[in-house]
Amino acid sequence: MSTEDLKKTPLNQAHRELGGKMVDFGGWDMPVQYTAGVIEEHMRTRTAAGLFDVSHMGEIWVEGTDAIEFVNRLTTNDVTKLVDGQAHYSAFTNENGGVVDDLLVYRFNQDKLLLVVNAGTTEKDWAWINKWSGDTPVPMSAKHENSLGGGTTDGDKWVPAPAVNLTNASSNYCQIAVQGPKAVGILQQLTETNLDEIKYYWFTTGRVDGVEAIISRTGYTGEDGFEVYADPKFAVQLWNKLLETGKYGDVDGILPAGLAARNTLRLESAMSLYGHELDDDITPLEAGLGWITKLQKGDFVGRDKLMALKEKGLTRKVVGFEMIDRGIARDGFDIYVNEEKVGHVTSGSPAPFLKKNIGLAFLPLEFANIGQEIKIDVRGKHLAAEVVSTPFYRRQK
Amino acid sequence: MSNIPENLRYSKDHEWVLVEGELASIGITDYAQHSLGDVVYIDLPRVGDKLGPHESFGSVESVKAVSEIFTPVAGEIVEVNDGLNDTPEKVNADPYGDAWFIKVKMNNPGEADAMLSGEEYEEYLTANG
Repeated sequence: MSTEDLKKTPLNQAHRELGGKMVDFGGWDMPVQYTAGVIEEHMRTRTAAGLFDVSHMGEIWVEGTDAIEFVNRLTTNDVTKLVDGQAHYSAFTNENGGVVDDLLVYRFNQDKLLLVVNAGTTEKDWAWINKWSGDTPVPMSAKHENSLGGGTTDGDKWVPAPAVNLTNASSNYCQIAVQGPKAVGILQQLTETNLDEIKYYWFTTGRVDGVEAIISRTGYTGEDGFEVYADPKFAVQLWNKLLETGKYGDVDGILPAGLAARNTLRLESAMSLYGHELDDDITPLEAGLGWITKLQKGDFVGRDKLMALKEKGLTRKVVGFEMIDRGIARDGFDIYVNEEKVGHVTSGSPAPFLKKNIGLAFLPLEFANIGQEIKIDVRGKHLAAEVVSTPFYRRQK
Repeated sequence: MSNIPENLRYSKDHEWVLVEGELASIGITDYAQHSLGDVVYIDLPRVGDKLGPHESFGSVESVKAVSEIFTPVAGEIVEVNDGLNDTPEKVNADPYGDAWFIKVKMNNPGEADAMLSGEEYEEYLTANG
């Protein structure tokens, strides 16, 4: 695919001017790193601040009197627990309990939710939720029977016409993440919103450098920080202002950080990446996302399969590992125990802050205990590694 | 533009060779280190290993990628730069100096003459880079 065919964020030119090395990332022309390099970008995010263009992420509005019910039936976390101004991490599951995508759900009010989904899956997610807003019966539990305006019940199936309006607003937003111990201080200089009042996984609307924005205390780095959503026409202004305010160019100033650093930062924090730890044929329970899988909240797509799996017990799950031998395990490498192939690496990389070679892997439950020694096939050599607890990195609060 | 010293010979796999008598020092080029990004790990062979022409003798890994290293010349390894194990970042900082990987006693000391000159390597990069 030539770069002309790739989708571009409003910051494409800004990345090029900063020396961004551009790559095709799921059909998007994105910076994998800038001139400082992935290690420095990673370290600076841990010790000062990193600036990330995540405008490629998808934004979908769900509005209407059934918004909460509707999203609650398509996702694993309990949307009824959210209050205005609060967000949570969740997953869309399919009928088999596999993960269609992982996402953030923001509650603006009881009739208005924002779903933020992965870039590469935005079209798939959009089709998926539209399917369930049409004539496909949405599963529901007795608890929710007749709770939807306009719907009728058919056994435990809901025959819909849910009162929801769906809007794929992905191209209406740029999204810029400022992350790291200095992130709050930097952003605070550009807004009158008191950021100290916004707790982790809460958000507000306000102005950043005079620009109307959604200001969300969320991120994908394991650091404190914010994600700012705004009209794409202000993306360059906000980006440059954040670089300037963060003293880009100083040795302890903010650095623009590319996809490579974003990946190593999330991996040190043991956060899942769709297509790696999560996929259509991987359940959230296997991926270690039991904490966002609220099986008791009422019915949702895939719940029966997830309950059955939980009842029966998992056979495999995602675990963290650390290399013992010198060498780096990469995505897809096979894992052996007693000379027998038992699993594979889902994400493997050097960890710049921890200065270790780490990864996440799928292993059968019997070999998934902390301390289990495993061998990873690194281009023909079986190198020793050990199952360890996650996250690998946890920031000091 | 890449730094391409005139006194070295180059391969199309982006290795360089410095010939001193029958000894050849081998490393990777500035272009190669730049393409790889931050180098974090190098897998090196042992002294005494014998290398055939264009044989892979190790690998160099950055945060994102791994790349095999091939010897442009056949011979016996007489020295290995083990210091790179602790300071792989030298490959980025000084690819033509401290960051040589191995020294080979060449079977045929004339073999490196067939490799690209600095000028030819630059043309090759311009055409393929």
